[in-house]
Amino acid sequence: MAKTAEQIRADLLRPLVRTSPAYWFAVAVAGSMVLAGVFAFSYQVYHGLGVWGLNWPVFWAFDITNFVFWIGISHAGTLISAILRLANASWRRPVTRCAEAITVFALSIGAIIPICHLGRPWLFFWLVPYPSERHIWPNFRSPLLWDFVAILTYLSGSSLFLLLPMIPDAGAARDLVKGWRKHLYSLMSLGWEGTPKQWHRLESAMHIMAIAIIPVAVSVHTIVSWDFAMTPVPGWHSTIFGPYFVVGAIFSGVAGLILAMALLRKFLHLEDYLEPIHFDHLGKLLLTFSLLWVYFTFAEHITAWYGNDVAEMNVLWATIRGPFAPLFWAMVFCNFIIPFPLLAIKRLRTITGTCIASCTIVIGMWLERFLIIVPTLETKFLPYSWGSYSPTWVEITLTVAGFGMMALLYLVFSKLVPMISMWELEAGVRKAPIYRRQAVHFEPQAATAKAGLAGAEPFATDVSR
Amino acid sequence: MTHKWAMVIDLDRCTGCEACVVACHAENNIGTAGADQAARGRAKHWIRVERYWEGEYPNAKLRFQPVLCQQCDDAPCEPVCPTYASYHTPEGLNAQVYNRCIGTRFCANACPYTVRFLNFYNPEWDKPLNLQLNPDVSVRSVGIMEKCTFCVQRIRSAEIQAESEKRELKDGEFNPACVQTCPPKAMVFGDLNDPNSEVSRLARSGRSTKLLGELGTRPNVNYLQQESGKNNG
Repeated sequence: MAKTAEQIRADLLRPLVRTSPAYWFAVAVAGSMVLAGVFAFSYQVYHGLGVWGLNWPVFWAFDITNFVFWIGISHAGTLISAILRLANASWRRPVTRCAEAITVFALSIGAIIPICHLGRPWLFFWLVPYPSERHIWPNFRSPLLWDFVAILTYLSGSSLFLLLPMIPDAGAARDLVKGWRKHLYSLMSLGWEGTPKQWHRLESAMHIMAIAIIPVAVSVHTIVSWDFAMTPVPGWHSTIFGPYFVVGAIFSGVAGLILAMALLRKFLHLEDYLEPIHFDHLGKLLLTFSLLWVYFTFAEHITAWYGNDVAEMNVLWATIRGPFAPLFWAMVFCNFIIPFPLLAIKRLRTITGTCIASCTIVIGMWLERFLIIVPTLETKFLPYSWGSYSPTWVEITLTVAGFGMMALLYLVFSKLVPMISMWELEAGVRKAPIYRRQAVHFEPQAATAKAGLAGAEPFATDVSR
Repeated sequence: MTHKWAMVIDLDRCTGCEACVVACHAENNIGTAGADQAARGRAKHWIRVERYWEGEYPNAKLRFQPVLCQQCDDAPCEPVCPTYASYHTPEGLNAQVYNRCIGTRFCANACPYTVRFLNFYNPEWDKPLNLQLNPDVSVRSVGIMEKCTFCVQRIRSAEIQAESEKRELKDGEFNPACVQTCPPKAMVFGDLNDPNSEVSRLARSGRSTKLLGELGTRPNVNYLQQESGKNNG
């Protein structure tokens, strides 16, 4: 990275103070998707869950597919950022913040969906263990309650993990702007002055969070898989589900991260920061997880086939050669056959190549979740109770709204916070790894650096308080 | 003496007339979905008569199997409910506490017998069925699960009656609506803790089996296997 600290600040703080018409257009599109979702949900609450395509016996479909999908997407950010920080991989520096933001936003969407999907959504707080007039605790034996606890833990942990490394950057931005933003950044910077003591504390906190968040992330998607695996139902009751879901989650999450990075690179003009090498490294990671995903999918299905249990076989045949066969083989194409050559051949592992692979993987992993849920429910034990499912406009609108909400949150975030951690990049420029004590030496200079921002106030130089 | 309520269904006697289904709807205030909604899989039948064809035409044979909540001792629907709406009573019934249900539908997905139903809308009745609601049974609103209760309202009122008269319940003193209605008397209801009850006697029969018993759910509904027509079926 040949840029100086001053150039870095100028490039990364520019999107905070300059807003293009394209930005407002994107906000309008994403915002109307979210509003459509709000309308669909209100319509559902007013009329009842019957406006969805659900029926007897398919009681979960698009709702839980979207839930597992978004929780899965959330698994790239914090997990990868934590692993790369602990491994001190210096190419991580421009990647971490946009990855951590994906986690927090995807997890928020994933946490809202199960509330929307309830028959009586207004009573969701009955999952919270609080002393109530009903004198009943929630049922701690229920995997749904484990979900609630796990997602809440992961959401608070990954929010902290996102906010902590934002402190020095918020401190820098605070000194740049006026008005309501100044209050916001003052709050976010928590009185940051860049003293050696503060750097040391930040470094310790980041280290603790990086270690703590990894087992939390693994447990979250394991518990999501247990929503299925803990029932005696063919196609769900499987010991492989925990690791299978974790692998699938990281797989789809890395794909989501690559897409987000490509969009940021293009629209925020970060070509000098998010370089082909980053897409190359993440492409290799994606390749590894594509292979792992194929291995798990193969192991899952061949075990069911050799077991030859009547009920399991009905689900298996419905999935791979029955009514769901087109979706199943589309999934295999999207998750392996298309991405594998794109990611395995070095010449194809470009930004375009990894983006195409990521697109198909995001679609393929959405299909995977749908194919885990619906064929099983359509084909349970007693043939008399078999059924079929197709979605209504309400479910489709809510699905679209999920993507709109992700885009909207990301757009708003990119306007409030530099999408790349400035101080970490600067630490990289100075060849001073952040997890060593020397890191404290560059701070006074960094804090007083002047950014050549046209039309913006220069940084305040009074930081010696 | 605590009771252990159970049912025996003799598949040799069942004619598939579906009188049990009608009786259950009338007794338990089960809404009628209407033709359009029923075609979309929204019909609610706490008891249903499953039809299975065996063999090929012209030697095909029709078999009937009434399926209701099996009131399992190890019910998969119970541990998965986050709010204890699906609850095991001391008498071994799988109760559904409507007021606690928030409609996660996890119980319905976990149930191997698919005998749980969601109120997709507020319940409605075709006229004049709206005038015959049973005052002993609560009407379930939109968004909550419901299922067969073994006519718990009849169990409770018989128990209270016996207690007020300071006597034990007699075998066959009361029956759920489906059992009371069954014209060929294919269904028998009673207390398994009473070794002399008819349900105990039939449950010990060599023909007695459990539906999907291999899953380990320990159902309290026993099916007497069909013997008739075995040689020519």
